[in-house]
Amino acid sequence: MSAPVTGRRARRARRPRAVWLGWLFAAPAIVMYGTFVLRPLLLTVQYSLYDWNGIGPSTWVGLDNYRRLLTDSELFATIVHAFELIVFFSFVPVLLGLFVAATIRNIAASRLATVARTVLFLPQVIPLVAAGIMWSWLLSSTGLANELLSAVGLDSITRAWLGEFDTALPAVGVIGAWVLVGLCTLLLLAGMSKIDPALYEAARLDGAGPIREFFSITLPSLRQEIGVCVTVTVIAALASFDIVYIATQGGPGNSTMVPGLEIYYLAFSEREVGMASALAVALVLLVLAVVLPIQRLTRDGSR
Amino acid sequence: MAHGPTGRPLLAALTLAALAATAACSAPGGNSDTTGANASAPAVAAATCGTAPVTLKGYFETGFPLPKDLSAEFTKQFPNVKWDIREDQFAVITQNAPRVLADDPPDLMRLPQVSELVKDGLLKNLDGYAQGTGWDKWPASQLEQMRVGASGQRGDGPLYAMGLNFSMTGLFYNKKLASQIGMTQQPATLADLDAALQKAKDAGITPIDQFNGGATGGLAFPLQNLMTAYGEPGPINDWIFQKPGATIDTPTNLQAVQHLDKWIKAGYFAKDINSQDYATMMSRFIGGKALFMFNGDWESGNLDKQMAGNAGFLLMPPAQAGGKQAAMSAPLTYGISSKAKNADCAAFFLNWVATNQQARDIAVKVGGSHPMGPADAYMPAVQEGTVTASTLAAGATIGKDNGAMDFIANATGAIYAKGWTPQLQKLAAGQQTPDGLLKSVQKDYETQVKN
Repeated sequence: MSAPVTGRRARRARRPRAVWLGWLFAAPAIVMYGTFVLRPLLLTVQYSLYDWNGIGPSTWVGLDNYRRLLTDSELFATIVHAFELIVFFSFVPVLLGLFVAATIRNIAASRLATVARTVLFLPQVIPLVAAGIMWSWLLSSTGLANELLSAVGLDSITRAWLGEFDTALPAVGVIGAWVLVGLCTLLLLAGMSKIDPALYEAARLDGAGPIREFFSITLPSLRQEIGVCVTVTVIAALASFDIVYIATQGGPGNSTMVPGLEIYYLAFSEREVGMASALAVALVLLVLAVVLPIQRLTRDGSR
Repeated sequence: MAHGPTGRPLLAALTLAALAATAACSAPGGNSDTTGANASAPAVAAATCGTAPVTLKGYFETGFPLPKDLSAEFTKQFPNVKWDIREDQFAVITQNAPRVLADDPPDLMRLPQVSELVKDGLLKNLDGYAQGTGWDKWPASQLEQMRVGASGQRGDGPLYAMGLNFSMTGLFYNKKLASQIGMTQQPATLADLDAALQKAKDAGITPIDQFNGGATGGLAFPLQNLMTAYGEPGPINDWIFQKPGATIDTPTNLQAVQHLDKWIKAGYFAKDINSQDYATMMSRFIGGKALFMFNGDWESGNLDKQMAGNAGFLLMPPAQAGGKQAAMSAPLTYGISSKAKNADCAAFFLNWVATNQQARDIAVKVGGSHPMGPADAYMPAVQEGTVTASTLAAGATIGKDNGAMDFIANATGAIYAKGWTPQLQKLAAGQQTPDGLLKSVQKDYETQVKN
């Protein structure tokens, strides 16, 4: 590769070896990717066509598992829950992140900005399991959340937030929002730092206020970053597992059951590996179906 | 570049196809060799650990010191036996059991519900040892939950597991709170119990604290107790053992769920039970926050220590005074993998646990429950007035009334997590009717048994 390439003929002659070398360098990564990503993915597709308990002999059932997915209201409800979580995992962090990032940018010079950035990003550093445990204490019937409500005279609305049918899913959503706000803020802040300050100056000369600046300059310039934020958080919502598993385990009465958790229960508690695989495949397709349009939408504009 | 736009997808497609071909060439799962494990076992006259050094591979449950204490005492008596012990929480063991038994077979393992493991040929048939050691002469009720027939129904057939002791469940109560509300003697009928609950409620004391949050529907404890107050334990056991045609949706069981519903609506349970786990219930009960708690004698030793003299135990009172009593009572099941290397030594250990005097002492003092074994076997002395003494005495009552039942959560591997728990949580939140609850659980049960 180091020899200087001169003329067309030389380049032609060298190509086969170069290609071969390229594959050689890529080989370790390809092998790992094939073994740990592609092979399990394909096996999952294969398993989804069988009725299998994970140990004994399996029976070919074709698309029956997928048919059950569409007709079983309990399984379908998990997918609805995942979409409800998008509101908390995606919309709230992105909107809040935009607001916070804009605020931090305005005070960028002060030490407070650094502190705020660190504090907001901390949830990303804490393992999700720890976050789940901490929040299940905060939201318990004797937890801080209820004590604060009582302190301001709102005794009547205190409750076990994770233990009631109406509040459990939103409560789980709040935990997710808390975790993801920091990530979005940081991404958006990075995006804002790339915006040409001259644009702001020009806008100010034209008499634009901070709100006009935000909508006319900041927001359009952040299109790509927002795209990344929405993509990452939507995937986090649809494929959520850790937080739900720690905080509610799908309860009470399946009101917080999400596809990720259902896959786990199907495979390891009900021992229906085929059905679990079918739901997993459906989840992959669902995530792709939601995320690809978002990617398209946010990328096209910037070109 | 020549291979740019078209070459790469083509190559990727080829790779994918190759991988797909490798993956799809055979159906998943082995044609499991169930014949070897299920074949009738000849009597093993003298299973021992020999004299040569042996390392027994154990897979035990975290949080309960009994198996470790027993294994330590065993090594003291038989120094050639060493242990290689792995521990996990029961939920983890439940999920791991099939894979561990198949891939990394332990000699001795704490077992969840056994029928599915037996169907897959993962457990050793212990009938040979039972004949050799005389387990088959013990009271039959001790072993029937661990017998599995050819079709997977329990209660009858070869023996596939053994208990380290057997537990007893009922109502624990706080003696100080009881005297505060004027409960001077234990309730003798269900009506007495209702009255005590109402008195506690009127006095501002939480009548019953029960875990019912997450994936653990603890209301199954009071529910099954109520089922026996209204009906017989026999049909409930038939249902748990998957006898053909068995149903949980019976008139007396409906009365039981209606009674539980009445308790819920009357506010006899803590308000936040749907977010409470087992540990929270225990700490609240020990902390004197509730009058009653439905639980089992595996906590007797613990309560004698932490609430010395202040905790009492009673069996669920019958509907009519003097009626027969029943309770969930199950052996602490341990089994031997069908591929275990030291099966004889593990069987010898299980027999030693039931027959050795020191081992029986440990089973009671550490485990808090009744040891396995013949009815007239040695019983360690227990101090009067302790919870342990009353749970052991309750065991005698249940034996006399023939009232032992397995737990309704053990009917199938998934009925607890997928049937009882969500339904009981809905009932607790007023989102399910008693009739709807039984119908829904029965439907789940039928699907799971069919699978």
